[in-house]
Formats: sequence, C-alpha cells, structure tokens
Amino acid sequence: MAHDPLYETVIGLEVHAQMRTQSKIFCGCSTTFGAEANTQICPVCAALPGVLPVLNTELVQMAIKTGLAIQGKIRERSEFSRKNYFYPDLPAGYQISQFELPIIEQGELHVVTDDGNKKKIGITRIHMEVDAGKSLHEGIQGFSWIDLNRTGTPLLEIVSEPDLRSSQEAGAYLKKLRSILRYLQVCDGNMEEGSFRCDANVSVRKQGQTRLGTRTELKNLNSIRRCRCPGNPTLGRHLEHHPSHARQGRGPRLSLFPRTRSPPAGDSSGPH
Amino acid sequence: MDPSQLTLVQTQSMLRARQISARELAIAFLDRIDRINPDINAFITVDREGALRAAQQADERLHQGNATPMTGIPIGVKDLFCTENLRTTCGSKMLSRFIPPYESTVTRKLKEAGAVILGKTNMDEFAMGSSNETSWFGPVKNPWDPQRIPGGSSGGSAAALAAGLALATIGTDTGGSIRQPAALTGITGLKPTYGRVSRYGMIAFASSLDQAGPMARSAEDAAVVLQCIAGHDAQDSTSIRADVPDYAKTLYPRMDAIRIGIPTEYRPDNLLPEIQQALEKAEQIFRDLGAVLVPVSLPHTRYAIPTYYIIAPAEASSNLARYDGIRFGYRCQDPVDLKDLYTRTRTEGFGDEVKRRIMLGTYVLSSGYYDAYYRKAQKVRRLIANDFHEAFKSVDLLLTPTTPTTAFPLGDKIDDPVAMYLSDLFTINVNLAGLPGISIPCGTDAQGLPIGMQLIAPILKEENLLSAAHAFQTATTWHQRKPEL
Ligand SMILES: [Zn+2]
Repeated sequence: MAHDPLYETVIGLEVHAQMRTQSKIFCGCSTTFGAEANTQICPVCAALPGVLPVLNTELVQMAIKTGLAIQGKIRERSEFSRKNYFYPDLPAGYQISQFELPIIEQGELHVVTDDGNKKKIGITRIHMEVDAGKSLHEGIQGFSWIDLNRTGTPLLEIVSEPDLRSSQEAGAYLKKLRSILRYLQVCDGNMEEGSFRCDANVSVRKQGQTRLGTRTELKNLNSIRRCRCPGNPTLGRHLEHHPSHARQGRGPRLSLFPRTRSPPAGDSSGPH
Repeated sequence: MDPSQLTLVQTQSMLRARQISARELAIAFLDRIDRINPDINAFITVDREGALRAAQQADERLHQGNATPMTGIPIGVKDLFCTENLRTTCGSKMLSRFIPPYESTVTRKLKEAGAVILGKTNMDEFAMGSSNETSWFGPVKNPWDPQRIPGGSSGGSAAALAAGLALATIGTDTGGSIRQPAALTGITGLKPTYGRVSRYGMIAFASSLDQAGPMARSAEDAAVVLQCIAGHDAQDSTSIRADVPDYAKTLYPRMDAIRIGIPTEYRPDNLLPEIQQALEKAEQIFRDLGAVLVPVSLPHTRYAIPTYYIIAPAEASSNLARYDGIRFGYRCQDPVDLKDLYTRTRTEGFGDEVKRRIMLGTYVLSSGYYDAYYRKAQKVRRLIANDFHEAFKSVDLLLTPTTPTTAFPLGDKIDDPVAMYLSDLFTINVNLAGLPGISIPCGTDAQGLPIGMQLIAPILKEENLLSAAHAFQTATTWHQRKPEL
C-alpha cells in the first residue's frame, strides 16, 4: 500500500446489523437462520395483495438501546419510507427503510487506534430497515429460485461519519461496535452468516483538505480481519489509482464479496 | 317474496320472527342474481355454494338465539377484499385467477357476524376509474338505464343494490368510489373516517386515502353494516383506536339546532340545474327538520383534482409494483429474461388506466421531481384539510352535491381521462382530509336518473352523518325509489 504522506485515506462505514428479535420487522414470522426455504413466510412476507406492515415493538426497543449505547439522539417521531425498485427477491417491489427521519442521530463511538490514542468516531445515524429475500441460481438451469425466509428480517443500518483514516481504525471501530451490539444482546455479530455486514466508503484526499475526494464503495466486507489487513487489495488499489481518478462525483460501485445484492443501478426513483 | 323490496332492517326482524329463513332468503337473492346479473354485470363472481353454507349456519345461529344484526343478511363485497379460497380479482386481468390464502379483516368480521356473502362485485380495475368501465370483466350497467354507467370504482356494489341483488354491499372509497356510484344509482353510501375500518386484506390503491364502507338502501341499513365492520385492528396500524358507538341507537329523526354549512365552492355555475334545484329543496327539508344552514368557504377546493392526481398515482405506482409475475397473478408466456418477464407481464396484465396512473406516479416520485410534485401536493393536502378544520369550528356538518352530473352514457368519457377525473370533483377533498362523508338520494333529473347529495362530518363523527341522513330519509322517499327491471 502506497503510503504517500501527502495523501490521507478517508473512510466511512455503513454497518447492517441483523437484530435478534423473536419475529420479523413487520409480521410474526420467525427470524431463525438456516430453515428450509420458504418455510418462515406469511402473506406479509410474500407481499400478497392487501397485506399491511405492523412494526415490531421489540425492534424499536433494540434500536433505542443501541442509540443510548452510542450516546445518540433518539427521535420521538421517526418515519419509514419506501425505496422502490424491482428485484425478484424483493416481493413488494420496494424496501421499507428510514430515510428522512431515522430513529437515532448524532451518536459517537470511541476507539483506540494502533498508536494507543483514543479517537472519537461520529455516528451520523442509525435507522431501521428490512432485509430482502435471497435469489438462488446455483445448479439451476434457465430459472432462479427465490427464498423469502430472510425477507423482513430486521436490520439496523449504522452509518458512521467519514472520521476513519486507516483500515486499522476501521477495524477497531467495527470491533467496538460489534462488541456493543453483542453486549446489548441485540445482534449476534456473526459475519459469516451475514448478521453483521459492512460496506465502506473510501476516498483519498490531500492532507489538510476538507473536501472529500472521489468515493469508492466497497460492499460487504464480510470479516473484520479482511477490513484490517494492511494489504487490503481494494484499499490499496484505490490509493494507487487515485491521482488519475476524477475528483467529482461518486466512483464505481464495487462488489467484493457478493454475498448479498446491492440495489441495481437502474434504481431511478428515490425513497418516498 | 320479492327480495328487491326488502330492506336490511326489515329483513332482520323477519329472520328473528321466523317469517323467512336465511336459506330461503339466500336462494331468493341468488336466483335474482342469475336472472338479472347477466344484463347489468354487477357481480364478477357469484359464490352460490359458499352463500348457501353461510345461510345454513346463519339459520342455526338464529335458532340458537345467538344471532347478530348481520346474521343471515345477504350481501355483496367489492372484489378487492381478499376472501380466503374465493377468487379476488380487483377487476384486473393481473389477478383474474388469484385465490387468496387469507381473509381480509372486513370480510372476516362480516363472516363472523353471520352475514351471507353472495359474491364479489365488479369494480374499476384496481379501483381506478369513475365509471366502472375499466374493469377487465366488462363494464357495469346502471340499473336505471343500461346505456349509462353506474359510477365507479364501486360500480358493481352500487348497481347490485339498486337492482335489488343484495341487502347491502361493501365498497371502498379513495376519491369518491363509494359516494359517486351511490349518487348515480340512487342508494346510500358512506365513506367512514380514514382508519375507522381496517384496510387489512383490502387490495391497496392509494394507502393514505383508501377506506372501506357500507353501501345500503338507507342510512338505517348502513348503520348496521358499519357497526359490524368498524373498529381498531391490530393488523392495520393506521386503524384508529377509538370505541365504535352504537350507530343504530344514535339515529334521530330531528335535527334541531344542528348547524349545516353550505360551501360556496361546491356550487359551480355549470352544475346541472336539476342538481342545484334538488340541493335547494334538500336544504329546505333540513331547515324544516330544525337545522340551521349557514354559508361557509373552503378556499382550497379547486386544488383537489391536481393534488389527488399526484398523491393517489404516486402511492399506486408503489403499491402495484408487487404485480411482477414472480409469485402470484398473471405471468406472460415464455419470458426470455427477467426484464422481459417484468415488462410483458405488466404490459399485458394491466389495463390502460392503471398503466396511465403507474406512469404518472412513477414520474412524480422520481428523483428530481419528488419535491416539485409529491412533497408540494402533501403540503396542499394539509391546506385542504385545514379548510375543513376551520369550517367545522362553526358548523356540525357540510352539505354539497355528490357529483356534478347524473349518470352519463357508457363510453362518454372513457377516452378523456381529465373529463372522467372531474366526476369526483366534490368527493376527492373528503379523502384528502380523511373525513367521513355520506351520499344519499335527494331527487331525480329530467330523465328520472337519481341525484345524490353529500354530507360531510368531522373525524369520527359517522353517527352524526348517519343520523342526519336518517332524519332526511324519514322526511323523504327518494331512497325508496327503485328502477324497473
Ligand atoms: Zn411473515
């Protein structure tokens, strides 16, 4: 990794933490991992005509607990929005998420960096949202199978400020966050089963600049070790390529470890 | 026995007194449906077997003495309430073979009360339309004149009642879909407060506007049906946690000291003269009943149609995304890939009006236009609601025409969407404000076609609407007129 002293790496992390609620976010179905396909679904999960979501109280309590643990501001009135896009394992044709009024805002988390200093990392927001189902393609010719068991599994999306300056700091942040969620018993933190997933927004800028450079999104960093590894190939590649990158706009969306899908690029309509 | 001459309340006492059995009653209505429905197309599905089974159970309950006011009453249900194991089409090719595996709250309550569901009534496709001409199952004919539309979208529920094919029906109202067809077919139709009746299992068109309600031959009959279906439901978070009053008991034949506001904006110059005259006569009747009439203003009335045609299509475009050919409903033949599957399924499965509204809705929600259209429409909606809020500081009810014209000929407006949209001019704001409104018959035009008037009340004041409508119907006979069939 080219450590040019003139440049600094700026990292913000988006963690998707699956909440350990008894039932799904908007219906009474179980959230147990690994059940036979489509055995933990109901009319709400399958988005049958006429169904309505009923918010899981336990999830709201877990979100508030998490908010308190990071000294966040808890909104008395928060709001769900729909993010519309077509995808076979998204039964309603929209994801229900929080957009304008997330339940938690302005939190912080303190990490110890490798040189032993304490550092405050801002948490922009935490919001509640639903997970999608799974499309299964392996070993099937000409069509795909859809498993909706995971549909409606509650997630907290925890978005940090771009306060992290190295993969080491990012790793420390993730480790701290995961231990808090585990201590609160709201998330099992199992990265292999996907119950704690991380996307990173990485950019590089000249020391002393305040504006962020071109951003690259790294989806689904599925282990903390991978994120912390000093030789992380993607972080490194980003640095090397930086001087030739355009400075404006967002960089390409990368999919490193495609365990789960990101919304397709054709998503033109915003949340509402 | 001629079932078309009965009212729900009369039938209740006949059933209790053993003058008729629920089975005899069901058979009389089913036979009449067989005879008349082919001409007016009010029912999409007739459930003879299910109705007879329910009638038999109703007779047992009547015998055991644990009947409810709805036990044994033959009804029709708009075909957008999911009924377990009974086809629910929403008037669309997309769902023409959809058999729900679950029951809507409204139909569950009706079944539990012992009502006899004769079948599922015709409607505009996905409740989008004001004439019942957009149904995949063909238009409904107005029993008063088969060359004319019955109104929409609950056109089948309205026509079934007017033709004496049921004692009550259930409709839904997003912008006037209960009240407008009620007016055009000479029946009583109530749109309750948003949230008074559960929307669970009711196929969504515009979620912030949709509301189910009773259609009946009188306010008295409507009160019994509303009693059965109203109330909070844990499966609908937008249903209101409020006690349901005993509507039948709150009906009162006088209106002493009740203040009725007459909104000046609801009497445009081009209003059909017969409607204007019918309203003036109705005003006099209300005065005679003891009411005080005062002019009021609802200054944002003219923004109703543009506001509605941003909000409703926006919500519809999202609600209808689930009809993608993947899990249920229509799927195109031999798709070559995912995009082809989506495109052809939706192109072939939806009709023109539904597609028009999906495109409109997708446009106003798209990034870059959201603030200019959807967010602005939400602000205007607030202003419209505030108008009513202000008016209700000085009056108890509002009185308006229900529709600008009487029933128009089939085919008249189907190629002119804007002209069609204007049919709901007087009803739309009530949905935007979430208020209850009722349409009751109050006259006829030169050709003998029914004219309806609308009463509007503050949130959760359905009993005041029903009571005022009942007082009017005690003093008049318009609601008793029936078409020759
Ligand atoms: Zn479920």
